[in-house]
Amino acid sequence: MFNRDRWKEILEVLTSNWFRTVLTAFGVFWGIFILILLLSAGKGLENGIMQDFGDISTNTMFMWSRSTTKSYKGLPKGRSFLFKVEDVQAIRDNVPELKFISPRNQLGGFNGANNVVRGIKTGGYNVYGDYPEISKQDPMTMTSGRFLNYNDIKEKRKIAIIGEGVRTGLYDKDEEVLGTFIKIQGVNFMVVGTYKKKSNDGDGEEGQKEIYVPFTTFSQAFNRGNDVGWMAITANDGTSITSLKDKIMGVVKESHKVHPDDQRAVGHFDLYEQFQRVQSLFGALRFIAYFVGILVLLSGIIGVSNIMLIVVKERTKEIGIRRALGEDPWSIKLQILMESIFLTIISGMAGITLGALFIYGVNTLLDMKGPVDMFVNPSVSLGVVVVALFILIFSGLLAGFIPAQSAIKVRPIDALRTE
Amino acid sequence: MIEIKDLHKSYKMGSNSLHVLKGLNFSIAEGELVAIMGSSGSGKSTLLNILGMLDEADSGSYVLDGVPIKNLNETKAAKYRNRFLGFIFQSFNLINYKSAMENVALPLYYQKVPRKEREEKALKYLAQVGLKEWATHLPNELSGGQKQRVAIARALAAEPKVLMADEPTGALDSKTSYEVMDLIQKINDEGNTILVVTHEEDIAHMCKRIVHLKDGVIVEDKKVEQVRAAQYVK
Repeated sequence: MFNRDRWKEILEVLTSNWFRTVLTAFGVFWGIFILILLLSAGKGLENGIMQDFGDISTNTMFMWSRSTTKSYKGLPKGRSFLFKVEDVQAIRDNVPELKFISPRNQLGGFNGANNVVRGIKTGGYNVYGDYPEISKQDPMTMTSGRFLNYNDIKEKRKIAIIGEGVRTGLYDKDEEVLGTFIKIQGVNFMVVGTYKKKSNDGDGEEGQKEIYVPFTTFSQAFNRGNDVGWMAITANDGTSITSLKDKIMGVVKESHKVHPDDQRAVGHFDLYEQFQRVQSLFGALRFIAYFVGILVLLSGIIGVSNIMLIVVKERTKEIGIRRALGEDPWSIKLQILMESIFLTIISGMAGITLGALFIYGVNTLLDMKGPVDMFVNPSVSLGVVVVALFILIFSGLLAGFIPAQSAIKVRPIDALRTE
Repeated sequence: MIEIKDLHKSYKMGSNSLHVLKGLNFSIAEGELVAIMGSSGSGKSTLLNILGMLDEADSGSYVLDGVPIKNLNETKAAKYRNRFLGFIFQSFNLINYKSAMENVALPLYYQKVPRKEREEKALKYLAQVGLKEWATHLPNELSGGQKQRVAIARALAAEPKVLMADEPTGALDSKTSYEVMDLIQKINDEGNTILVVTHEEDIAHMCKRIVHLKDGVIVEDKKVEQVRAAQYVK
């Protein structure tokens, strides 16, 4: 195969009619170009949406209590209840596959009234009572100071970690933040850290306007007793939270005397399920990209096959001569196949290269113009390029197969008769 | 060298078949120079095609140098053609985009002879036909006679048992025809077996034996006094 004469001949044949070769190559070039473009656009969309998920651990569900809709054990329906701190331990004991369970309490809310005061400045912020684990479930970057720790929980320290959004609202630009005090609903907390969250979707702004205080401090300061507003629950890697959620909700229903079939008593949001849904959307997008790309490529391949047939026709006499001189039919077949594969691979590589350059251009443009919603860093991986190469080799074989077959079907005696 | 017995061949033309060869018997010994003569349609080209393993007979036997030639698949036929036979065609059949030397080297390439040796041999045979200086020229830069000489060199290159020439002078004027025949005679003088299909009397008489074919049967098979072509060539 790596034979000088053979390659010389391939080049001679392909260069003997430049215009035709280029036109033929264009079909394959265009197909692979479209394939690369579609895949990278899909990847860009995926990257964009994944960025919106941020670093949130996606194997997580949120759970809160609502009012019952079924009477059970002598209790009427329509009864409202609250989770208790004891529920956390009960869940932990009954469902060992869980990584984190964070009970949370909350003050304020979306567009809440002003609840935080510092000197003459006030603001309405979400205030959370939390355990340290929350920083692993909803990751944030500390821009100064520290986050909560278990000593804070144990000693019920009145400290707060504030978002960068809170800082701009309550502080002057160059003011020192750490060690200062803010008043949350009349209770003083010392600021020990500031953070920034990554998510850049619509909630991004909201995410920076949060204040975290120790869960125990929160309960005591704001008179929540043993109550838990809601929980963020993350399962171990390898076990989906979706498969555990019925068990978890079963535990709390049991301890709060809620009918086991009462679907509405416990509200939840399954992030993992949502994430999976988005993932399968990307799967579908990738499928469409491959489907459309390969179909376009196919028309290019048919073009190559067509031209190879014409080449074989044109060279019928030559093939006849060669066979009269004693060339092995397999050698002729190999020759045609190699011409076809060579043509496909060269034009395919051109398509891949230009596709890559195009993506590079788009990326440069995105960098210059700033981020676009839901579209980040369109790209194709090396794996895709390797797959594309295999597709090309395969399609070259496919394109050459019929012409090669027709080439060796030529009987030398008939071929020599052709004038 | 060549032995055929009761060779039959017919072509199907739609519903009726055309019986072209009707039971031929003859043999050719080593070193002979045989002309196969006949008018068009007498079956001489068909015979040559069968002898050249380009076509297969319907019935009868064909033994070439002790090897029975039958039921060949294409790969085997190609191999036999390469080892046993050298072809010279009326229309030269050189490959246009290859130089004279590459054309001559082609059969050697199919024998997987290494490149360098191939080129040396090709040059040697080109020298034998007097075209050494034309080695790098493409066929369309050569005259008809030169093309045929390149074709002869190519046929010789594989050192075949038998040379088969199908109307080798058919496309040439008489002067170059004689030059080509002179070359063929000289090659025969060296002991090569050569078969020439022709319909020209004078060419046939430059061979040593004439087999006359008419309507698919041999009507005459005689040895003749060879006319040397050299006397017409200055």
